[in-house]
Amino acid sequence: MQPRPFVVRARRRELADTVTLELTGDAPLPFSPGQFNMLYAFGVGEIAISISGDPAQPEVLRHTVRAVGRVSEALCGLRRGEGVGVRGPYGTPWPVAEAEGLDVLVVAGGLGLAPLRPAILHLIRHRQRYGHLVMCYGARTPADVLYQRELARWQRAMQVEVTVDSPVSGWQGSVGVVTALLPRAAVDPARAVAMVCGPEIMMRFVTRDLLRMGLPPERIYLSMERNMKCAIGLCGHCQLGPAFLCKDGPVLPWSRLAPLLSVREL
Amino acid sequence: MKKKTIGDLLREHPFFADLEPQVLDVVACCGQNVHFASGELLGREGQEASFFYALRKGRVAIETFVPSRGAVTIETVDAGGVVGWSWLVPPHLWVFDARAVLPVRAIAFDGQCLRSRCETDAAVGHALLRRFAGLLAERLRATRLRLLDVYGHAPR
Amino acid sequence: MLTEDGLEALVGALLRRGYRVIGPTVREGAIVLDEISSAAELPVGWTAEQEAGSYRLRRRADRARFGWAVGPHSAKRLLFPPSERLLSVRRSRGGLVVHGGVAQMPPQALLGARPCDLAAIAVQDRVLLGGAWADPAYQARRERLFVVAVNCGEAGGTCFCVSMGTGPAATAGFDLVLTELIDPDRGQPSYLIRAGTPAGQEVLAELAGRAATPAEVEAAAEVVARTAQSMGRRLDTAGLHQVLTGQPEHPRWQEVATRCLTCANCTLVCPTCFCHTVEDTSDLSGEHAERWRRWDSCFTLDFSYVHGGSVRPSVRARYRQWLTHKLATWIDQFGTSGCVGCGRCITWCPVGIDITEEVRALRGPGGSA
Repeated sequence: MQPRPFVVRARRRELADTVTLELTGDAPLPFSPGQFNMLYAFGVGEIAISISGDPAQPEVLRHTVRAVGRVSEALCGLRRGEGVGVRGPYGTPWPVAEAEGLDVLVVAGGLGLAPLRPAILHLIRHRQRYGHLVMCYGARTPADVLYQRELARWQRAMQVEVTVDSPVSGWQGSVGVVTALLPRAAVDPARAVAMVCGPEIMMRFVTRDLLRMGLPPERIYLSMERNMKCAIGLCGHCQLGPAFLCKDGPVLPWSRLAPLLSVREL
Repeated sequence: MKKKTIGDLLREHPFFADLEPQVLDVVACCGQNVHFASGELLGREGQEASFFYALRKGRVAIETFVPSRGAVTIETVDAGGVVGWSWLVPPHLWVFDARAVLPVRAIAFDGQCLRSRCETDAAVGHALLRRFAGLLAERLRATRLRLLDVYGHAPR
Repeated sequence: MLTEDGLEALVGALLRRGYRVIGPTVREGAIVLDEISSAAELPVGWTAEQEAGSYRLRRRADRARFGWAVGPHSAKRLLFPPSERLLSVRRSRGGLVVHGGVAQMPPQALLGARPCDLAAIAVQDRVLLGGAWADPAYQARRERLFVVAVNCGEAGGTCFCVSMGTGPAATAGFDLVLTELIDPDRGQPSYLIRAGTPAGQEVLAELAGRAATPAEVEAAAEVVARTAQSMGRRLDTAGLHQVLTGQPEHPRWQEVATRCLTCANCTLVCPTCFCHTVEDTSDLSGEHAERWRRWDSCFTLDFSYVHGGSVRPSVRARYRQWLTHKLATWIDQFGTSGCVGCGRCITWCPVGIDITEEVRALRGPGGSA
């Protein structure tokens, strides 16, 4: 429960308010795609941030952080060589093992692509283990599209569809919500696994469409966000009904989430 | 190789795929193959909406012209989608511009032709209205979701 | 059997063993738990009248030390203190240097733990030690805790341990257990004492007691039997899980929300509520930082904050979270109810919201279940 000291090895600006930190510590930090760490900004606080690095390269820890609060602002402001505390990895992973032999439909909204990046890298690395691979990604504007250069690379191994809510002139891509991309996904709903991450409302709309397409509820996985403080199911903050989302989640199948998310303010 | 008929193309298009064969034949009578180079207009705000388009290939932007901002894309429609519903609703005028962003192949349907078939053949009218109601509901849902601006910053 | 003086010998034996002895004592109008150095500091001849939203100390006619039902404090304060430092961190050239670990402190002996307190310790053991991650600070204190339990000779107005199956007799979780017997004529107490562990046996061997007579053993059994008959409250637990989780839209949730002040008193006095937060601070030089853990409450807006706002903005949702967690989803999570029937949340609620009454109302009309 004690943070391990890590150092910022590199810092890359992704979007106007978002940076990716590359951290190194005294030992590699193996993780599964979808898991998160608690990142500690010295003297400011600790927050849960998904790991967005390559699971095959645990010696470099990557986190994409958006400055939305005191701690995330402090983390985004870290410079090369500065220290950061790391606890983890915690939480349930994306079902990359269960998805073997099946089609995989990855649906991301906004910064929700960051927790999915390790899964996408895993799927591509083990391309032959899976059927069709499709990613549908929605962002607010073209300038908010995360990992732009990588998307082109991923496109060589999988179908990548990107849409934005508000385009700028010259944007040749799709305009509209991410759900509008789903009919284009070349997957067999009866033999597909969906991995969905984004704002909760977006995930609800996406899930409704996936169910309509014929994906079974137990094969639609969502990554849930709640207030995580301890990350080990002791502090009580991240409860959703009987679940502690830090240890029973964050990745859960819709079959488990549906009854919980149907209750407002649960 | 036999050239595909309009009916063949409709059967391959998701919007018409499960149409009753008799209805499909009637609808096919009002359709013709068209293509547009990128940048060409399929419809223009204020002008008569004589046609609607079932896209087979390419991408169409639904646009409007905003003074000082120029043409603003509100939404795009891709292959498998349908552009235009003004042919169905009086006064049958385009409400937005529809412009090919990528080269487009489509089936264009003559609105007047279809309307007269709908008047005389209840099965055709019902089938088309049901599909367009679904299309409009889908667009409305998507628009409502976008109104929430879910990816934006939460107010602080 | 111990006499009044025997009780003093017990305190002395514990002190000699290096324990900080924590026992009931009267402070600011209530019987609280605090460090004591003599049995004289126990609440001799005091009792407390308890009702929903009210607690009053009263004089007793006898010299009983344990003639009262639980006050606002519980063993939670000893094992899981309201605030404690978890870490200190220093910034150095190479990054951060983190110092953690549990501070060494003398072992604690809790004198006068009630059966419901023992049950609450067992519940917290499951929560904080029973999962994949044990809480090291709690574990360190818990392992060294010495417990002298007292069977209840008096039920409080808000007690319902019989409903929860946790009292009024102690069955496990103690090193020693006392039953207070009052001489009806002289008002003088004597104590039937029994060991529950080898450690308790060792202490007991040092005390100058005598063997109890069969009549005294029978009298002690009568004491708890009488207490069981005089519970101030009862709570029907049959099918309770479904009553709570199956009716998230029951109108009672809205009704109780109009009374609840979200003051968090119930969660603070609850002997099992474990929710906590951490606060990170740094000194003015910016070179040293600390992390402190503090009790938190699901009644605060911040509790469920995710960027943009709280997940449970309404009082209705927060009360529903607390009660449903306590009595239903706690069972899903830890295999036991989170309620031990101590009644503290009823007594210390400033507007007298009564958990047993809320459950009764939720069983009533208006729900979907």
